[in-house]
Amino acid sequence: MLSAFLFSATEVASSTIFDQWWLGMKDQAMAGQLNFWQNIYKEIYQNVLYNDRWLNYLRGMGITLEVSFFAALVGLFLGLLVAMMRLSGVKPLQKIAGVYVGIIRGTPMLLQVLIINFGIFGSIAIDRVIIGVIACGLNSGAYVSEIIRSGILSVDKGQTEAGRSLGLSNWQTLRLVVFPQALKTALPALCNEFITLIKETSILAYIALTELTKAGDYIRSKTYSAFTPYIVSGILYLIMTGVLTKLLGKLERRLRQGDNR
Amino acid sequence: MITVKDLHKHFGKLEVLNGINQHIKPQEKVVIIGPSGSGKSTFLRCLNLLERPTSGQIFFEGNEITAPKADIDQLRCRMGMVFQQFNLFPHLNVMDNITLAPITHKLMTREKAQQRAMELLNRVGLAEKATAYPKQLSGGQQQRIAIVRALAMNRDVMLFDEPTSALDPEMVGEVLDVMKRLAEDGMTMVVVTHEMGFAREVGDRVLFMDGGVVLEEGTPKEIFEHPKQQRTQDFLKKVL
Repeated sequence: MLSAFLFSATEVASSTIFDQWWLGMKDQAMAGQLNFWQNIYKEIYQNVLYNDRWLNYLRGMGITLEVSFFAALVGLFLGLLVAMMRLSGVKPLQKIAGVYVGIIRGTPMLLQVLIINFGIFGSIAIDRVIIGVIACGLNSGAYVSEIIRSGILSVDKGQTEAGRSLGLSNWQTLRLVVFPQALKTALPALCNEFITLIKETSILAYIALTELTKAGDYIRSKTYSAFTPYIVSGILYLIMTGVLTKLLGKLERRLRQGDNR
Repeated sequence: MITVKDLHKHFGKLEVLNGINQHIKPQEKVVIIGPSGSGKSTFLRCLNLLERPTSGQIFFEGNEITAPKADIDQLRCRMGMVFQQFNLFPHLNVMDNITLAPITHKLMTREKAQQRAMELLNRVGLAEKATAYPKQLSGGQQQRIAIVRALAMNRDVMLFDEPTSALDPEMVGEVLDVMKRLAEDGMTMVVVTHEMGFAREVGDRVLFMDGGVVLEEGTPKEIFEHPKQQRTQDFLKKVL
């Protein structure tokens, strides 16, 4: 297999300097005589540079970002809705919301993805990205709802009373008084949830959605390098979660300006 | 202005209010005193329906506000409330705390509301704090802001729920001064307090509550100098 790969490499137009470097050490590689740094170059060349394979990772990352972004929106919307339902004081709504949260939190996410993919959308031709968004969004919504609910409950009752005593309606009080404060409390946990979401979309590799993990896996199936493709994927995950952590940290500091601690 | 008929409030099996009948006249200053757990605060909170009475009726200018269809928010626009814990909104600065309700209700434009807020802030001597956040202020300053916030919508009645109980002693005076000036301006006021000096000086009528009923009521002179009920005498002996 390796020789087949090496052989095919010679047939590709040796256009870039990376290809030239590789060709220069190819004979040594066949003989198993590469030194440490040459071995590292070989790994990078085969798993990233050769045949524009880096594009596979980037495309995978694009899909991961796409699914995560829309799933986060779905999750946020669902979470808000479900949190409101649970706090509404209307028994049937509370029941429905409770059952939803119970099922999502009480079963493995992989199982949920499989059921949605094969069970619900099994006989419908639909973009896997959409399935991914629905599955991850539904899952995230349950956790987000709990985060928002506890955020709202953490706001002192006196705040609601003050709002109502000023003649604000229940909804106005929630929106203008309670919610901004709840969000500030809930933000670190929400941030965590979004980071978790980015990582958990990797489960969609199971339904053959070529997101970042699947992309790495695809390269592995080509090169039989056990480490490098996954490490490349891992680094890209770290970049995404790192940037998100930074951004949300900034937002959190801005929201905290009223505290003047 | 406010008429209360046979007001009862139960929390589960606990009977907090056991039939209260009151009539509060325009511009009257009613001070409610009594031991803790006597139902003073609950009574006050029933007046703007922060607590829903279990039974009984409350009328505000002839309209029954305890009726199921009564517009509570409308009522609360005319009845300001000041809380023991101030309950300023920590995420908004002083100006936004004051103007939130008038602007949300579209009673005033933003400019008009801010102008009125500055007038009121000037009156309580806190104009320079307009852009401060509540946590930057002392308790006394916060409570004065809370009074301004409650006044921002041209109120007809002001309810005070132990407004000085959470304050350090040296700050009680500044809040009471604001309340006294409000009283002099002719505001109708219902005040639950432990400040007997204030009750004596400002009150037109003092209610002594115990066990969920108004045990004794009268002018400050009658209540403080010639209390008829044994319970009232015992209570005043402890607090005076």
